[in-house]
Amino acid sequence: MAIALFVTCLADTLFPRAGIATVQVLERLGVEVDFPSAQTCCGQMHFNSGYRREAAQLAAGFAETFAGYEAVVSPSASCAAMVRHHYRRIDPDLVTPPVYELTEYLVDVLGVTDVGAYFPHRVVLHQTCHSLRLLRIGDRPRQLLAAVTGLELADPTHPDQCCGFGGTFAVKNPDTSAAMGTDKLNDLTTAGAEVVTSTDASCLMHLGGLAARRGGGPRFMHLAEILAATR
Amino acid sequence: MTTPTFLGMPPFPVTARAALSDGQLRRNLAGATATIRDRRARSVAELDDWEALRAAGAALKDDVLVRLPELLAQLEANVSAAGGVVHWARDAAEANAIVTAIAESHGVAEIVKVKSMATQEIELNAALERSGIDVWETDLAEMIVQLGHDLPSHILVPAIHRNRSEIRDIFVREMGRVGRPAPAGITDQPAELAEAARLHLREKFLRARMAVSGGNFAIAETGSVAVVESEGNGRMCLTLPDVLVTVLGIEKLLPAWTDLEVFMQLLPRSSTAERMNPYTSIWTGVTPGDGPQEFHLILLDNGRTDTLIDPVGRQALRCIRCSACLNVCPIYERTGGTAYGSPYPGPIGAILTPQLRGIHRRPVDEQTASLPFASSLCGACFDACPVRIDIPEVLVHLRAKVVDQPGHRAERATMAAAAAVLRSPKRLAAVQALGGVTAGRARRLRLRGPGWIGGWFRDRDLVPPARMPFRRWWKERSR
Repeated sequence: MAIALFVTCLADTLFPRAGIATVQVLERLGVEVDFPSAQTCCGQMHFNSGYRREAAQLAAGFAETFAGYEAVVSPSASCAAMVRHHYRRIDPDLVTPPVYELTEYLVDVLGVTDVGAYFPHRVVLHQTCHSLRLLRIGDRPRQLLAAVTGLELADPTHPDQCCGFGGTFAVKNPDTSAAMGTDKLNDLTTAGAEVVTSTDASCLMHLGGLAARRGGGPRFMHLAEILAATR
Repeated sequence: MTTPTFLGMPPFPVTARAALSDGQLRRNLAGATATIRDRRARSVAELDDWEALRAAGAALKDDVLVRLPELLAQLEANVSAAGGVVHWARDAAEANAIVTAIAESHGVAEIVKVKSMATQEIELNAALERSGIDVWETDLAEMIVQLGHDLPSHILVPAIHRNRSEIRDIFVREMGRVGRPAPAGITDQPAELAEAARLHLREKFLRARMAVSGGNFAIAETGSVAVVESEGNGRMCLTLPDVLVTVLGIEKLLPAWTDLEVFMQLLPRSSTAERMNPYTSIWTGVTPGDGPQEFHLILLDNGRTDTLIDPVGRQALRCIRCSACLNVCPIYERTGGTAYGSPYPGPIGAILTPQLRGIHRRPVDEQTASLPFASSLCGACFDACPVRIDIPEVLVHLRAKVVDQPGHRAERATMAAAAAVLRSPKRLAAVQALGGVTAGRARRLRLRGPGWIGGWFRDRDLVPPARMPFRRWWKERSR
C-alpha cells in the first residue's frame, strides 16, 4: 500500500525540489508514493499566530485528505510536529494517520540509514527546533548524512540554537529574527561548508534569504535533495 | 533617589530594535547567558532523577493551584498563631499602602530590602519614595540597578546587561550620594567591587529598623516562609531589623515542609547552577528575643486569581522565578530583559505579564499585547523549565486571545485571505501559477512595502515562487 506524501504548502510553492527529491528517495527504496492532490496546508501558520478558527478548518481538511492512508511522510519536521502535537489542542477528536518527518520514516520505519546517495561536498546541518524539541528526531538526519558517499559533515558551534525564523515571528519581530539568523548563518559558515542543509525548508528560506542579501556564501539545499543525489 | 518605571514603554519590536543596536549590551548578554547556560546544563546533568524532579515540581504546584483557597487559609492561621500578622492585598496599590502604613507607624525613614520580584512587580520602591521613605536594595546586582537609576533586566541577575567597568563607574559616581562612597582608586576587579558594596551596605544593615523581603516559598502546614539567596544580604535583612515585612504572591505556597525537598533541588540548579545555594533562611512568625520582633506577611493577588481562571495559562503560576528560561532563550539573549517592559522578562515574562495584566478579562494595551509574539517558539524554555511550564503552548494560547481583541484588522484580513487560498487546492494552484508568472525568471525577490513585506525584505531576499510548483510536476509526471 502506498504512503501519502504531504509536501507542505511552502515546499509545493517555493521549494518543489524538496518534494521531488523526497519522492525520488522513497521510490528508490521501493516505497510506493501517492500525492493526494486535495492537500494544501497543515494550518501551522494560523495556529501559531493565534488564528484558531482558520487553523481548525485547515486541520480538518488535512484529516479528510489523508484519511485511509497507512502513513503520511513529509519533508518538514515543523509541519509533522503541527499535526502530531498541536492537532489535539485544536480538536481532540481529529484523527489522522501517523505522520512522519522524512528522516524518521527512513530510519525508524524503513530501518535505513544508507539510502545510496552520492554527494561529494562539505555540508553543514542546521538542526531545526521543531525536529529537536517537538519530534525529538535526535541525530537521525546526521546518521543519514554520515552514510552519504563522498559527503563531509562540518560541525557548527551552537547546533541547537534557533535560526530565528519562527513563522510570523520573522515579520512581526524582523529585527530580532534577522539578528538571530545572522548569528546562525555565521556559525554555520564558520564551520566551513559549501552547502547548508536542514529538515525544514522554512528555516532555509530565512537563512538563504539573509545570505542572498549579504551576497556569496553557501548553497542551501533541503536534506532530501542531498539524499536524492546519486553518481 | 527616584526609581524608573516600566510603565509606558513601547511594544516589544520597538524596544527590541533599540536593544539590538547596542553592541555593548549584546556582548555583555551573549557572554553572561552562555556562561550560565553551560553551568546549568552541567549541574542538571549530575542528577539521574532530574526529569522525575521536574514532574514532581509541576505536580506539587498544580496541587497548590487547585487547593489555593484552603491552603491560604491554613497559612494565615499558622502565621498568626506563630505571632505574625497576615494582610491581604488585591493589587499593587493595596500592597504598597500596607507597607507604607507599617513603615509610617514605626516612624522609619529608611528600609533595607532583600531582592524580591513581587515588590518589583508592584513598584514598591517608587511608592515608598513618594511617602518620603528611602529604600535600599541590598542584593549586589539589584543595588547596581538602583544606583544606576536603571531598570532590572533579568530575574536572578538584574544587572546582567552591565559589565564590570560600567559597574565601577556607577559605584564611583553614585555611592557617595546615598551613603559611604566607593574607596578612592577602586578598579574594576570583582573583589574590589564586592568589597566596596560590602562596606557601603554594612552601614545600612546596621542602621535599618525595618526590612522588606519577598519569599521563595511559604509552607501552609507550618506557617513558615523561606528565602533562598547567595550573598548573605538576605540573612542580614531577615534577622537584624526589628520589623520585617514580606510581600508574597499567593501562588508561592507549598502544602508541606517536606515539599521543600523537591524545590530545594530544582531551584538552585536551575537558577545559579549550584547544587545548593549558600543561604537559605526559613522563619516562622516571631521568636521572642531572636530576630525581628514584628513580622507582617502580605499575600498579594495582583492578577493571580485572574490567571487562575484560565486552564491553559494558569501553568505560568507554577513558576519559581529561577530564570532558566531566560538564559536559554535566543530572543532574550539578543534583546535583553528591559525590552519586555516588565520586571518579568524573557519567555516567562511573555506569558506571565499579559496574564497578570488581565488579558483573560479585558483587552490589554499594545505593549502587553506584543509580548506573546516575542518568541520564535523554539521550545528551549520548556525543556529548561524545572516545573515543566509549556511556555510555547501558553504563548500560542495568548496569541489567540490577542488576535481576538479589537484592532488587528489588517492582520486579520491578511490571515483570512491566506486561509481562503490555503483551504482550496484549486485556489492554491491558481495563486502559484500567478506567482510563477509574475516572478518570471527572477532568481530572487527583493521587494519594498509596508508591514510584513517590509519586515521580511529589510534584511532578507526571498526565493521566487516556482515556475513549476510541486503539484504541477506531480500531475505532469503522472500523465
